[in-house]
Amino acid sequence: MERWPTRTSSNQWVLTGATGAIAVLAAVLAITPIVSLIVIAIANTGDLWSHLARYVLPVAMLHTVMLLAGVAAATTVIGVGTAWAVSTFEFPGRRILTWLLPLPLSFPTYIVAYVYVDLLDAFGPVQSALRAIVGWRSAADYWFPNVRSLGGAIFVVSFVLYPYVYLAARAMFQTQAAQLAEAARVLGASPWRLAYEITLPLARPAIAVGLALVLLETLNDIGASEYLGVPTLTLSIFATWLNRGSLEGAAQLACFMLLIVALLIALERYGRRRRAFVALTHQGARLSSRISLRGAMGFVATLACLVPVLLGFLIPIGFLVREVIVRGLLIGFDTDLVRHALTTAGLAVVATAIVLLIGFSAVAAQRYLRKQAIAACVNVGSIGYAIPGTVLALGLMSPLVWVDEGINALARLVGGPGTGLLLAGSMAAVIVAYVIRFLAIAIGFAQAGFARIAIEFDDVARMLGAGPNALARTIHLPLARPAIWGASLLIFVDCLKELPATLLLRPLNTETLATYIYQFATRGNFEEGSLAALIIVAVGIVPIMYITRRATLGSMMRNRP
Amino acid sequence: MSICARPLAKLALAGAAIVATVAPVFAQTGGNVNVYTYRERGLIQPIFDVFTKETGIKVNVISAGSGLEQRIKTEGANSPADVLLTVDIGRVQDAVRLGITQQVKSDVLDKTIQPQYRDPAGHWYGISLRSRVIYASKERVPQNAITYEELADPKWKGKICTRSGQYIYNNALFAAFIAHHGEAKAEQWLKGLKANLAQRPSGGDRETARDILAGKCDLGIGNTYYWALMLNKEADRKPWAEATKVILSTFKDGGTHMNIAAAVLARYAPNKSNAIKLMEWLVGETAQHMHADANFEYPVRAGIAINPTIASYGTLKPDPLALSAIASNKAAAANLVDKVGFDN
Repeated sequence: MERWPTRTSSNQWVLTGATGAIAVLAAVLAITPIVSLIVIAIANTGDLWSHLARYVLPVAMLHTVMLLAGVAAATTVIGVGTAWAVSTFEFPGRRILTWLLPLPLSFPTYIVAYVYVDLLDAFGPVQSALRAIVGWRSAADYWFPNVRSLGGAIFVVSFVLYPYVYLAARAMFQTQAAQLAEAARVLGASPWRLAYEITLPLARPAIAVGLALVLLETLNDIGASEYLGVPTLTLSIFATWLNRGSLEGAAQLACFMLLIVALLIALERYGRRRRAFVALTHQGARLSSRISLRGAMGFVATLACLVPVLLGFLIPIGFLVREVIVRGLLIGFDTDLVRHALTTAGLAVVATAIVLLIGFSAVAAQRYLRKQAIAACVNVGSIGYAIPGTVLALGLMSPLVWVDEGINALARLVGGPGTGLLLAGSMAAVIVAYVIRFLAIAIGFAQAGFARIAIEFDDVARMLGAGPNALARTIHLPLARPAIWGASLLIFVDCLKELPATLLLRPLNTETLATYIYQFATRGNFEEGSLAALIIVAVGIVPIMYITRRATLGSMMRNRP
Repeated sequence: MSICARPLAKLALAGAAIVATVAPVFAQTGGNVNVYTYRERGLIQPIFDVFTKETGIKVNVISAGSGLEQRIKTEGANSPADVLLTVDIGRVQDAVRLGITQQVKSDVLDKTIQPQYRDPAGHWYGISLRSRVIYASKERVPQNAITYEELADPKWKGKICTRSGQYIYNNALFAAFIAHHGEAKAEQWLKGLKANLAQRPSGGDRETARDILAGKCDLGIGNTYYWALMLNKEADRKPWAEATKVILSTFKDGGTHMNIAAAVLARYAPNKSNAIKLMEWLVGETAQHMHADANFEYPVRAGIAINPTIASYGTLKPDPLALSAIASNKAAAANLVDKVGFDN
């Protein structure tokens, strides 16, 4: 159906057309690496596939599923529990804890894995202290849980990623759940009954979305599971590629992984079913009175919320700070680090700008053009977030080179010199990967942002003769500003942390902070990269605080396609 | 398009400006050479720095842990890669198999490098050597010689630590075992070794030494240079090295398993003559001394002294097995590791 009557001038049409074209571009970008991967995967690999199916896939699937299940259980308990506690009760330190609880998100998972191996191994401070206290002579004299295990991986991943669930659940607890809870309390329901019968069921859609993000991130991880020795599907893809030199076999496994991703997304949708009753009342929805916990109960609540913060944030931060000091990394400052930090920031800024432009334009097109096809494009554009970085890079390389070869052919056609690898050989490759991977964030925020702007505004503006240009400038843009900010900050942080795709695609003489740390890590010296790790975390904290304040994460996720 | 166009444009400009200021300056008197490397940046960069100082040729680098061959292949005729520095013979052969290498004709390389450490056709040249040996507890392991075959002996039950069986260095060792004994015997051996492991394979070679110090195991499999790095360059890991001794393990009817770090000339190298200069320079005296003393590897060039720490392991008796035999069994070794569930 047409939104713009005849009075709209032709250049307005160009504008809406452009947004539509961008929506299509978003879909094309996201689908490209997947198609490329499938093309690689259908090559004949002889009897390799039967070997993979018999010996590799079952083990990898089992470990991947156990990892996902463990992380799902742990992050749900931690995320929902803490969100519920800080929303329902008043206890000592609650205010500070609401700020601290999301912060583990600023850590790249693999860094926390390194930290805990250092802390908990036989010569780490924990076991050393234990031996000194109890009087054991060597690590062979007692049993201590091994971090390098499936359990260790679940522990590490969960304490880094639970904030996704926390933020989503908290946004829900604060808003519409609160009103009903209030009513139930007036009618005399106990806090527990409240939780089981009202708060949790209402929060389910939000929890499902947060959980889906957690699990996609878990699948994407390669650094932590490699270091902790968990043979996941992602690792098997790597081993197949490297040890058998079989990109085709790796692509076949990668397609399998995309199946898991599809399954996760389906589960998320199922978890979010009947979300129609979720109406966001923006203001004044906060619980007017929290239940005061005094004495021992208050202490228990404080402790329960402190533990995740301690394990997921304070301890790793403390470790990094200590390493920076002990190793004199500030005094013997590696000047290359400044260059790498600037490169990282530059890449992240450019990628964020492009992602915002594409994401918000595509969603604008969805609103202006109201075409099924555009909506479908926007949906497809979001799948990039579900493609693990390694898989994305594998799939992206060939298409980039094809485009480059096309440009070369054109250049020669007009008699010019060859242009080399304009995309694949430059920072453009990394930026394209970031754009595909993080487009879903911009789209999610944009949809949430636009959803808050009543469609009547558009109609009124239209009746007053405003075209899409004026509408965008005077109404949509100002009202969507919080969403734009929220999206840009989150995308920026994700770009800073991105490792696997950057590693495979970066051009000559280029390091980002993440690849810089990784170099030390592969050498078994990750501590030397502590300063770089601290910079990533420090930069990441700002946006997370911002998002916490606006609690936009929850609302953006509820409105994700 | 108008949506947020102006702030976005500003943002993009700012980003582009940052990228531009940090972008490498490519103009240099002696030209450039573009190196894709699996060698750790920290270890190889000092060597490149000296090369640049001596020749005026600027070395541009991409370092990664994996995927470089595939990247060069995908980049095709426009690839900027001149030289690929890689470790492990299997990877070297992969590069040749993928068709991303080209023949080098260089008297310097042919004269300097012993025939078994270079490709007769000139597609790859070894630039340094390492062997994969046994780290053993000084306290708990009295013997000073051991065979690889012996690692499957039940007397070591629950006493051996190692990293993932799919890691390239273990992969090459297992491939060498297949080359010596055939696949069936290798499978039995791997099963025996798996049964002797104290814990699920994880970590790296350094952690293997640490686990021995911790008393979790008595024997570990490790590369020669890691132990020397811990002892000489990594103060906080020195105790790990000191708790262990390096035994130059051998095959029963052979010698110590050797592997190489090698250089190949990329098929479409845009700076071919500089690339060959670099390859020749890497086997020259300066670079070979650096490989020996900074990286603790065995030099490929005759007459370069082995570092004292490495020499302290004893007299090396390299396995006479052709490196190509290791490479051709690489996939079989990877399959066996899956089959016996080595990493599970």
